[in-house]
This record gives sequence, C-alpha cells and structure tokens, in this order.
Amino acid sequence: MSRSAAPGFAVATFVLIAGLLLAFTVGRYPVSLGDLANVLFAKATGHAPTAPAAVQSVILDVRGPRVLAAALIGAALAVAGTAFQGLFRNPLVSPDILGASSGAALGAVLGIYFSLGIFAIQAFAFAGGLIAVAAVYAIGSLVRARDPILVLVLTGVVVGALLGAGVGLVKYLADPYNQLPAMTFWLLGSLSAASVSDLLPLFGPVAVGAAVLIALRWRMNAMSLPEEEARALGLATGALRIAIVAAATLVTSASVATAGIIGWVGLVVPHLARSLVGPDFARLVPAAAILGGGYLLLIDTLARTLAQIEIPLGILTAVIGTPFFIWLLAGMQRNWS
Amino acid sequence: MKLEGRDLTIGYSDHVVGRGLDVALETGEVLALLGPNGGGKTTLLKTLLGLIKAKAGDIQLGGKSLGAYSIRERARIIAYVPQVHIGTFAFTVEAVVLMGRSAHGNLFSAPSARDRAVTQAVLERFGIARLASRPYTQISGGERQLVLLARALAQEPQFIVLDEPTASLDFGNQGKLMREIRALAQSGHGVLLTTHDPNHALRAADRAYLLREGARIAEGPVGEVLERAQLEALYGAPVERLTDPQTGAAAFLPG
Repeated sequence: MSRSAAPGFAVATFVLIAGLLLAFTVGRYPVSLGDLANVLFAKATGHAPTAPAAVQSVILDVRGPRVLAAALIGAALAVAGTAFQGLFRNPLVSPDILGASSGAALGAVLGIYFSLGIFAIQAFAFAGGLIAVAAVYAIGSLVRARDPILVLVLTGVVVGALLGAGVGLVKYLADPYNQLPAMTFWLLGSLSAASVSDLLPLFGPVAVGAAVLIALRWRMNAMSLPEEEARALGLATGALRIAIVAAATLVTSASVATAGIIGWVGLVVPHLARSLVGPDFARLVPAAAILGGGYLLLIDTLARTLAQIEIPLGILTAVIGTPFFIWLLAGMQRNWS
Repeated sequence: MKLEGRDLTIGYSDHVVGRGLDVALETGEVLALLGPNGGGKTTLLKTLLGLIKAKAGDIQLGGKSLGAYSIRERARIIAYVPQVHIGTFAFTVEAVVLMGRSAHGNLFSAPSARDRAVTQAVLERFGIARLASRPYTQISGGERQLVLLARALAQEPQFIVLDEPTASLDFGNQGKLMREIRALAQSGHGVLLTTHDPNHALRAADRAYLLREGARIAEGPVGEVLERAQLEALYGAPVERLTDPQTGAAAFLPG
C-alpha cells in the first residue's frame, strides 16, 4: 500500500487516549491525572493506592465501568457501521438499518411495560434486536430478486416501521408516571446506569462479533462490489453476507441492550475513519474501532458535563450527526455532477 | 482446457431468454458474442460464468460439470470483467487489482507476498503500474477498463469473460483493448466477450457467435460468419461492407 496509514492510526489512537483521560478526569468530581495514574497503576499491580478513597471510588466504581462501556459500545457501533456500509455499498448506511435498534427498542419497552428487572429488560432488548434482523433476513431471502441487497434494505425499512408502531403502542398503553419516563430515557440512550455487572454481557457479544468482522476485513473490499462481481472473484457471497450481518447485529444488539438507542455513531465514525486511513476495509475496520471508542467517550463526557442534568446520548449524537449527514449528502451531490 | 455449454436453456426464474444453445470456448482462442440488445448475450455470458444457473442443459469445464466446482475453484479458472462502473468507495487501483486474489488466500488471510507480486506484475503488463496508488474513481474510463482486466488476470485464470469491454471507451482505447485481448489469447487464455460492434469481433476474435432472440443463428470463424447478409439478418437493418484494397481488411458500416 502506497499511502501510509500510520498518521491516520496515530490520530485515531490520540482521540481514544484523549477520550479515556477526559472521561476519567472531567466531571462533577474532578480527578487529577496524577491520581488517575496512581489508582490505575495500583490496581494493575495489586498494590494499595495512595490516593484518597473517594478518588478511588470515582475512578474504579463510578467512572471505570462507564468508560469501558462507552469505549466498547463506540467501537462496536463503528465497526458494525463500517461493515454495513461496505456490505450495502452505501456510505449512508448505519448498523441498525436492518432493524436491530427498532427490534431492541420494542423488546426493551415491553420489558419496562411488564415491570421486569434491568437484566430482563436488557435480555429482551438483545433478543428483540436479533429477532428483528433474523426476520428481516428471512423475509428478504424469500423475495426472489436480482438485487438481494436492495430487497434486504427495503425489508429492513418496512419491518422497522412496523416495530416502531409496536413501540408506539406500548408507550401509549404504559403508565405515564412510572413507565413512560423510563421508556423515553431508554429510547434516547444513556450510559449513566452502566455498572460492572453490565460489562460482561456487553463484552462477550461485542468481542465475538467484532472479532468476526475484523477477521473478515480483507474480504470486505470485494464484498462491497456488485453481487455477481464478488462471486466471480471467488467469494461465497451468501454465506459471507450472513456472517457479516450476524456479527454486526450481535454487537449492535448488545450495545443497544446496555445503553439504549445511540444513533449516528455507526454512520459518522466510519466516515471520519475513512478520511483518516482511506476506504480500504483492511485498515478501515480497525481504525473505525479505535476512533469509535474515542468518539463515544468524548460524547459521553460532554453528556455528563455540558449541563446540570445529564443529556441523553442519543440527543447529542443526533445534534452532531445530522449536520454531518447533510454535509455528506452535499459532498455526494458534487461527485454526481 | 475447454469451457462448453450443451443444449442450454438460459434465463431467470420468471422467464426464459434462450433455448437450445451450444457454445464452446478453448483456451488460446477469442470468441465474440454478437447480437441485438435483449437477444441473450449477457445472460448466456453469466450462465457460462456460473453466475446464473442454466435452466436446462449442461456446462462442462475441463471435462467436469461447472456446478461441481466451488465458487473459489471456479474463480481460479474463469475470471469475469464486468462493464466498467464507478464503485461506491474510492479504493486505490492496487486495492482493486488485489481483489482479484480473493480466491487464492483463505477467507481471513491478508494479501501474501505472492498476491502483491502478481498484482504488481499484471499492473505492469497493462502499463498502469504508475496508477497503483490512485483512487479507482479518479482515473479515465480507458484506464478503469484496464484495471478491471488486470484484476481478472490477477485471478490467474484460464478463461476471461468480458461483458461489452469496448462500450465506454474512446476510439484509441478500443484499439488498445482489442490488442490486449489478442495478447491474452496468445498467452494461452480463452477469451469470451460480448460486443455491439462486428468490427471489434473482426479485429479481436477468432470466432463469432451470433445470437438473436435467444437462438444461435450462426457460429464460426469471424471471416466466414461476419458477412453482410448474415449481419443484416442478425440486426434486422441494412449493412454496408467496406474492404481496404491494400490489406484486404474488411469493415462494416451500419445503415
């Protein structure tokens, strides 16, 4: 490869490190870099830290899980979005295009409606996302068409609309004082409730899905070609498509189940990463993972600190994502003409 | 090696495009598929590539049924050069040609040193090595066609199948492409191409296969098959034949 990707990876890594440091140190209870280093070093080596107990608690119990969750979810959504943009040959696609988010949303609001515990709600959301995408895939495969990709995307839009109606119905029936605020909060996305016990159910699916996507990154360039061309190059496109969709759905559903619906990350970050390391998926996938972790850490730090109350993540990502999307569209217009 | 379709019925799930088609291609020769739009050229081409299943009949590749090859094995024997398109992503020329090596590594492997060497060699063969790091989306149509040809050659195939390779090229690049096609046959490849221009078949092909409304109306050496009456029957339009008095080379004018 002629153009070196090293500067791009350096920028992405810098964003991730900056995101990590800011997320640990900034907030209502500021922590100095020295204290952070002290506590993390002590934790890593098993020594007793010398920093005050309150600082330790803020770093390890309050911010630690949240930082890890933000980094993981940001990386997961960015990798899934990158894979989907390649698979669907469209740079304006996000990881929930096949209904992962709307399925998870219906699962979660149902869990809240039936007054289930937090783990049951997360399990419902996770299952909802997987079932929705499986249904979209099954319906899309039944329709015999020349362009299976287009059918899949359109099926995703239609099924997503139906699931959205389901979410609307559950909200309409929900208790407006207890359940409705919880549903709204969840639908807007937040990491404020992230705890150590959340990390394992998040980490497992994200690790598996991301590992599959990263392992397949060498084939993603050819998978972004028209179907027949990719097959003529020797790729079993049907099986590969299922693997990529399944892996991306796994990480998206796990993320949504933990943090609610956080839109736009999977759309915006792949583009930023592409501008850093170019469109070659072999570099783009790892670069998007690194950058996505940093991006969501920065957004989550803003969400915690921008106002007296926490701003839902979905609101912030949308406020940043919408102008970005319009800018992208304007750029495509220039290319078309 | 031989790629041969016998008594093929071709088409899509909802309609039949052609029936009773026999077609054969040996390594080292160029076969041109000619015929009006909608006559089944592209369908026949994709059927021989194994991209569309034949509705009836049998396709043999090297004495074995085409269906018995895996997609990967097939891609190491037959390569496909689609009509030039501008991709969604601005991959570099080198990355595009490297995609031709997909069937050589395993599913998870990075390009090997040999993959890169083959890529470099085919880029040099077509004189486009200087474009290696340029985005595929920002080169000319003629260069793009050569890149797709280089990608096909990077598959190290026995057969190369091209869908209207001259369609979007200017006059000079059409000539260059036909020379490259002849050179491919000389280096032992079997080449199958579709074209709208009988002159291109005369220039580049050994044999021509005339396809009208899904039926073969003639097949044979270009000098015998590409005759005025034959072309008028094929296209349903008047055709004039010109001959260069010095070289004896023939050309056709429509209308």
